[in-house]
Parts: sequence; structure tokens; C-alpha cells
Amino acid sequence: MFLQDAPEGGVQYWELLVSGLGWTLAVSACAWVIALLLGSAIGTLRTTHRAWVTRVGNAWVELFRNIPLLVQMFLWYFVAPEFVPALKSWVIAADPAHAQFLSAVLCLGLFTSARIAEQVRAGIQSLPQGQRLAGMALGLREPQVYRYVLLPMAFRIIIPPLTSETMNLIKNSSIALTIGLAELTFRAREIGEYTFHFFEAFSAATLIYVAIAMAANRVMALVERRTAVPGYIAHGAK
Amino acid sequence: MALLEIKNVSRRFGDFTAVDDVSFTVESGEFFTLLGPSGCGKTTLLRMIAGFDLPDSGAIVLDGVDLRDTPAEQRPIHTVFQSYALFPHMTVAQNIAFPLRMAGKADDEVRTRVREAVAQVKLDKLEQRYPHELSGGQKQRVALARGLVNRPRLLLLDEPLGALDAKLREQMQIELIRLQRGVGVTFVFVTHSQAEALALSHRIAVMNHGVIEQMDEPDKLYGFPKNRFVADFIGNVNMHEATVAATGGTLTLELGTLGRIAAPSREGVKAGTGGVFVIRPEQVSIRAAAEASPDPNQFEGVVNDFLYIGDVTTYIVDLPDGKRFEALLPNSAPGRAKFFEVGDHVRLSWKAEAGAFLDA
Ligand SMILES: Nc1ncnc2c1ncn2[C@@H]1O[C@H](COP(=O)(O)OP(=O)(O)OP(=O)(O)O)[C@@H](O)[C@H]1O
Ligand SMILES: [Mg+2]
Repeated sequence: MFLQDAPEGGVQYWELLVSGLGWTLAVSACAWVIALLLGSAIGTLRTTHRAWVTRVGNAWVELFRNIPLLVQMFLWYFVAPEFVPALKSWVIAADPAHAQFLSAVLCLGLFTSARIAEQVRAGIQSLPQGQRLAGMALGLREPQVYRYVLLPMAFRIIIPPLTSETMNLIKNSSIALTIGLAELTFRAREIGEYTFHFFEAFSAATLIYVAIAMAANRVMALVERRTAVPGYIAHGAK
Repeated sequence: MALLEIKNVSRRFGDFTAVDDVSFTVESGEFFTLLGPSGCGKTTLLRMIAGFDLPDSGAIVLDGVDLRDTPAEQRPIHTVFQSYALFPHMTVAQNIAFPLRMAGKADDEVRTRVREAVAQVKLDKLEQRYPHELSGGQKQRVALARGLVNRPRLLLLDEPLGALDAKLREQMQIELIRLQRGVGVTFVFVTHSQAEALALSHRIAVMNHGVIEQMDEPDKLYGFPKNRFVADFIGNVNMHEATVAATGGTLTLELGTLGRIAAPSREGVKAGTGGVFVIRPEQVSIRAAAEASPDPNQFEGVVNDFLYIGDVTTYIVDLPDGKRFEALLPNSAPGRAKFFEVGDHVRLSWKAEAGAFLDA
């Protein structure tokens, strides 16, 4: 069935799935980079002892965590351009796929950044207070304390929750179909509608999602093993 | 000029005063100890010297420079914490090298200095281990080496031996002294163990409720406590309420219904003043009640209990007025570890120069 020609574009159905997979991976990867960078920065800022910085960080987390993802997706795609004229004219002129892609990446990246910020904050705060003080006592400025003392351990500790955030991000990327991005779930539905073989179409999509999740999981497990401190984390290198 | 001057430093938390108008100076090369019971303000004081906290009033001066505007990381002061605070993701060698690397020292200098430091604290062969692969005593050594490696002007140690067992503690005490004399770095050491303070320090400040009760060399502190708290806190002491009956070359004290004793005189006491008489157990002689003693102060009593400690036996003796005194008897004669049994009648005695009359 997947080898049959699709009714449009002169491609076979499996090629539709592959192109969907491509969008899913692209959206997930870009959003993940944004989420990790922003999330780490915001999570770190929330642990500094400066009241207003902490408040900004907390507001960020609450904002993006508490609005349903679907609503955020619509806000980015339909509402945000209304407020920024330059963006609006670009959206009108650009290939719709590009606008959809940008909205999806921003939406998923910021949403996940709030969750990663929470993990990073918890990771840093789980370290003994003596670590920070020892860094300062040895003459490190605050950014150095974070760079050399706190973050290396905090990231090691939060690898397991980061793994599950990564998988959530990949799965959440399917919501981009609601703004018309032709990612994996979108394509599966499309194939189902053309052929009435919904079962096969979604089974294929399911298998692909599982494969991506397992691959992501393995990569994170490898990172965890590589960075494990001997004797420190129980399930690290023996 | 003194290396460190603490001038009238106070620190309040709400309406609770944790450090109350404390002043002292520490000389360069000195091993200075802050000794006191839990909660007396030792850590609070140390945190202010390190720069993790600021005094509400008073000044902390290092090498003649007021440190008020110098943040912790810019003070030439290192701290060794009770919890060691080693960096778990770095090996022993990396931990020790860390302050040098951050100070931008060249690679071969780092290597040489780390090798020296490792040898000093006897950690050879463990350089590539991670902190979680070390014992408590080994971690302690790494923390010390890291604190000393770039020669701070001052090293602050907050109960660094607190987590070690008795045997290891003693071993580390000896090494601490050796290290401190060897590298010539000034130590400010915090402990609530009087034995540790006496063994290690050039000078000790005894703290209680945020104030310094007495500051002196260990032998002076032990031999001439200024008040009841210090006498009680440093070593073991027998105490008895006393009233001055007469002054002169020696004091005559009235120990309630027990009778009169002769005690060393003290400036500024008048007849009729109330206070306590204190005397160390090792200054009290014990013999069978039937034997005579040449000492001017003597009382008969009954052995209530005894503690065989190994090198000495401590006898706890009931005096006629119901008070208990302790007397120490060395077990130096082999096979004669125990001289008296519970219930034996004994004679306690001490010289006129022994003990002291203190304010209540
Ligand atoms: N940040 C704080 N807020 C309120 N009270 C505090 C604070 N830090 C210390 N204290 C109080 O100040 C007093 C002195 O504390 P500190 O830690 O200096 O005691 P310490 O002498 O080091 O005792 P220990 O031997 O148990 O370590 C304690 O009663 C403590 O409860
Ligand atoms: Mg303390």
C-alpha cells in the first residue's frame, strides 16, 4: 500500500511519511536546542540570589507551563503576527510551511524551555550549599562557580528527567499538525484519508515515533554513561 | 602588625544576637582556635571572616585593610568546610589543581605544586580517584590540600575533623599541626571539642552565647580559667559553692557545711563575697581514710563509683555534705589498676595553691 502513488505530486505514500518524519525531526531538533539553551539559562538565573532575576525566571516558567500547548501553538501562529507588523508581512509573503515551521519551533522550544528550566533549577538546588561556598572561597566569581562547579554536577544529575523532556518534545511536535505543518502525524492522517487504510497509516507512524524515542533514549543513556562520575551516581559506570 | 583583626563585630538575626561585640587579633603564622558549645556563634563568625556574611557592626581587618567591601572570592582567605565540599566531578588531582588553574597558573607550575601538595597530605597514588571513592579521612586531606595549595594568607577551618572517628581524628590532628608548622599558613580553626582545641592551638578563644569568655594559651586556659563557664567547658572540674571567709596571702573559703579551705588568693575579692571554688580532678589526691595527708585541705568521703579509663582511674567520691568530687589516680603501677572499691572510706586532699575561687 505504501508503494502506491499518492494522488498528488507524483510521489508514493512512503515518501509522504518520510517527508513527515523529516519535518518532525527538524522541528524537534531546533526546538530542543532552543529549549536546552533557554531552559539552562533561565533555570540557572532562578538559583542566583537576585530577587528580580528570580522573579522573571519564575514568571517565565509559570507562563509557558500553564497555558495549554495547543493554545500556545495557535497563539504563535495566528495571534503573534497580528502584533508584529514586520512578522505579519513576512508570513504573508513566505512559504506557509516556513511560517508553520517557525511557529512550531518557537512554541515547542519555549514551552519545553520552561520545563527544562525547572529541572535545571532543581538540579542546582539539590547540590549541597557547600559547593557554591567552596567555589567562592577558592576565589571564583559567580559565573565561574556556575560554569565549573555547579552546572557540571547539576546536568549530570538531571540527565534522566532531561531524557523524558526530550521524548515529550518529540511527541508534542505532532501538535504542529493543527497549524497545518505536514509532519509525521499530519502525513499519517493524510494517507489514511486518501486510502481509508487508517490502521496501516497510523501503525507506521507509531512505529516511527517509537523508533525515534528509542534512539533519543539510547543517545541520552550514552551521554549519561560517558559523563558518569565514578562512584557518584548509583546507576552510573560501575 | 597582626594579620587579622576582629574589631567589635556583632551579627544579629532578628532580635537574636549570634555574635555579640567580639574582638580579637590573630598573628601571622598562628594556629588560633574558636572553641565553644553548639550554637555559640563560631560558624557565624567564620562566615563573616570568609566573606559569606557581613557583620551588622564592627570591622574585620586583614593586613591592615578593612574587608567590608571585599567580596568572598577576592579575599586571600580559604575555607575548609566540615562537609569537605570537594567537587565530585573532579579527581583528587583536579580538585587540588583547581584553585591554581582558576588563578591562571602555567601547566608545569600547576603540576609541581599539586605534586607537592599531594605529598604533603600523603595522598600519593590516589590522585586519579574521585571523591566518592575516598574514605572520610582521605577526603579531609584533599580538602586541606586544596585549601593550602595556593598559599592563602589565612585558612579557616570549620570543624574539619568533625566527621572522623576518634582514631583518625587524632591522626589528622597530628598532621594538621605538622602541616600548619610546615607551610606557615595562619589557621583559624573552629571546634566544639576542648581536647582538640587544647592539642592543636597556639591560642584559644572560648565562646559562649556569642561572646568570648576567655582568650588564652591552652595551658593558661586550662590552669587559670577566668570563670565558671570556662572552667566547666575546658576539661573536667570539681565545683563547690564558696564564700570568702578571709583574705590575705591565701584565701580562706567557707565551703558551706563542709568546712574551710585555703585557696590561691585573687585580686579584688573581699571577705563575704560568694562564688564557686573549682579544682581539677588530677589536683585532688586520694588515699585510704586511715592514712594521713600533709595537705592543708582534706576531707573524708566514700567511694561512690569509679571509671577505669586505661591509663588512669577516676574515683567519684561522696563528701559529707552530699556533694561529689572526682579524683584521678594514675594506673602507672602494673597489676595495680584498681586501688579502691565502691564503699571504701577515702581521704581527698589538695594543696593550698591548687584550684581557684571564681565568680558564681
Ligand atoms: N541565617 C540565620 N538565621 C537565623 N539564625 C541563625 C542563622 N545562622 C545562625 N543562626 C543562629 O545563630 C546561632 C549561632 O549559630 P552558629 O552556626 O554560628 O553556631 P556554631 O557555634 O557554629 O554551632 P555548631 O557548633 O553547632 O556548628 C545559632 O543559635 C543559630 O541558630
Ligand atoms: Mg558551626
